Amino acid sequence: MSLQTVAVWVVVVGVFLVTLKPLGTYIASVFSFEPTFLDKPLRPLEHGVFRMFGIDPSASMTARQYGVALILTNFAWIVLSYVLLRLQGQLPFNPQHMPAVNPQLAFNTATSFGTNTNWQAYSGENTMSLFSQFGNLEFLQFVTPAVGGTMAIAFIRALSGKKMGNFFVDLVLMCTRVLLPLSVVFAILMVWQGVPETLGAYLHIHTITGSTQVVPRGPMASWEAIEHLGTNGGGFTNANSANPLENPTALSNLFQVIMMGLLPVAFFYTLGVMTGKRKMAWTLISVAGLMYLAIGAMVYFPMELGDPVINALGLHGHIYRVGTELVFGTGGTAAFETSTMSFTTGSVASAHDSALPITQLAYFSAMFLNLVFGGKGVGLLNMLMLVVITVFIMGLMVGRTPEFLGKKIEAREVSLASIAFLLHPFLILVGTALSVALPAGLKGVFNPGPQGFAEILYGITSGAANNGSALGGLGAALPYYEVTIGIITVIGRFASVMAMFLLAESLLKKRSVPASSGTMRTEGILFGGILAGSVVVLNALTFFPVMALGPLAEHYLLLAHHLF
Amino acid sequence: MIKHLWTSIRMLVLLGILTVVVYAAVVTGISQLLFPYQANGSLVHYHGRVIGSKLIGQSFTSPKFFDGRPSAAGYNAAASTASNYGPTNPALIKEVQANMAYILKTNPGVKPSQVPVDLVESSDSGLDPDISVAAAYFQAPRVARLNGLPLSSVRHLVATHTVGRFLGMYGNSYVNVLEINLALLHLIHHRS
Repeated sequence: MSLQTVAVWVVVVGVFLVTLKPLGTYIASVFSFEPTFLDKPLRPLEHGVFRMFGIDPSASMTARQYGVALILTNFAWIVLSYVLLRLQGQLPFNPQHMPAVNPQLAFNTATSFGTNTNWQAYSGENTMSLFSQFGNLEFLQFVTPAVGGTMAIAFIRALSGKKMGNFFVDLVLMCTRVLLPLSVVFAILMVWQGVPETLGAYLHIHTITGSTQVVPRGPMASWEAIEHLGTNGGGFTNANSANPLENPTALSNLFQVIMMGLLPVAFFYTLGVMTGKRKMAWTLISVAGLMYLAIGAMVYFPMELGDPVINALGLHGHIYRVGTELVFGTGGTAAFETSTMSFTTGSVASAHDSALPITQLAYFSAMFLNLVFGGKGVGLLNMLMLVVITVFIMGLMVGRTPEFLGKKIEAREVSLASIAFLLHPFLILVGTALSVALPAGLKGVFNPGPQGFAEILYGITSGAANNGSALGGLGAALPYYEVTIGIITVIGRFASVMAMFLLAESLLKKRSVPASSGTMRTEGILFGGILAGSVVVLNALTFFPVMALGPLAEHYLLLAHHLF
Repeated sequence: MIKHLWTSIRMLVLLGILTVVVYAAVVTGISQLLFPYQANGSLVHYHGRVIGSKLIGQSFTSPKFFDGRPSAAGYNAAASTASNYGPTNPALIKEVQANMAYILKTNPGVKPSQVPVDLVESSDSGLDPDISVAAAYFQAPRVARLNGLPLSSVRHLVATHTVGRFLGMYGNSYVNVLEINLALLHLIHHRS
């Protein structure tokens, strides 16, 4: 491992470690309605809004009401986004005269941006008007992570025996207190590094060699900031963060990595503060953190060793540079990809379809697990779901009724957690099987051999995990994939959350059992080890067969210099 | 239910104003004030005319210029894309071999073991504006010969256009192809 790579990881891990406590505590204060330093400028504004809408911030919703408000609001946004995309041609701020977006692409885009997936079956620079980019899609990049955050906050409140709170209050606070202030700061850092931020139109340039070039511009820096802080991942252009306009330097790359992880990691600590179980929070952070580093190693080392077939051509050096940008360096590229997959952002700084097989295996693993800090708030929910399942397994092993945070975990809770857990592999495996069986699905394959299978599997997994990155060769613009992946993103986002809300409701109803010497502790190395073991074993059992057909087959064929 | 929906829709308008209009206006305002050069696309001028953006690579087809990296997008800035060839796709190896053949043809006398990887493997964006420092020095003899310049002055050009790693540790050091080619033009004009 080179010094540059070590330097990147030291900064990334260091920043997360230093910020998680103050940021996590700050988020906990905001959502416990304790005083914070932004009260003075923002509270009059927020309370004005609540008064205007007739919302009483102190009146709590039930778990069910909270869930319904959350899902209705989200669906209203998706429908409106669809309508606005269909009307693109008639709407203002369209300097490139982009026509209306076709129905299935509009459906795919509205659902995917409305669920924080940001799967893109189009190239932004030649499909979307400035209004669609900023008025429509950037709006969703703001509010969908806010919704993800409210899910986690409400669930944490239920776990700590408090009232669920009010969805609309949480939504507004998530925007004004968390996302907006951070976005402004990082957007300006992005501009400093060279990302354009202008209301001017695309630039038509005559080059010195006599050709012409059209350079896309717009308020891209403000887009990049929320794209990454909200773990959205929808790029302004097709190449996303590989495009030098979106991510110009090694430093901007580092900023984007930090933006992606800042909030998902801090949310784990927020759990500790709000439940009073800081040690448990550290245990969960350690489990997810070690997985993050393991994924990082799997992403990085293949790049460093190179492609055996290309190495046989005898070039100078063997670092794999296919589909990567030079300026980031291998360490920077690997840190970006590890983060975008772990935090389910889905923006890319290198071509995932050209990535070496073990690197791809790491990308898949992150999406299967979906809890290596995960998307804003949602990764925490997934981790807690696995905690409930682990507590249950431990209870079975020692023959005690399992407890979690003083509440007995019984048949109903375990059933709900299991449903939430199984939904993810169900969507991925059934969706992939269907796509492989149907001629319409097979039509989307670009690369031959196991890589072609991986393209389909990756697309479906990306939708189910609400990640949004792709193996770019897949014909994502085929109506079949636009519709299928659109549907999968919606189920993947909301179905397991509903199960988790029902779980919260049932925990809230239970009486607290005081901890005794016989209580299994959900913290410390022992619990962390069993949790990590359960996570790995459950996922390996579920996904090993498809991995054997995809990246693993590809890996061994490549070692044997076998091409298709 | 209906009440929630009505609140949602009003909330949409309000948050829309906040996150789209106010946010973009604040960031654009501050950026245009503090970093006008970056905020407008890092434009490069030549004889008073905008001839490109520093961030976007261009296609330099004449061997008299420094070559950039191979591009699946043909350096079309409005359609950024990668080749997306998978590692076991023969097309990937063919592409690398074709790029290699071009390099060996335009730089007579070099051996494959001297060719830097970034000159034969294409980027993700198809718009990478940079090449490695090794790739720039590698091309210096050809550029010097075809432009009738002394090798030492072309090598000097590379040295002055090398951008080091950030803080000596982050990213790769590189040479911006558009900028070094403009400096090359400048050098040619001032010689004659």
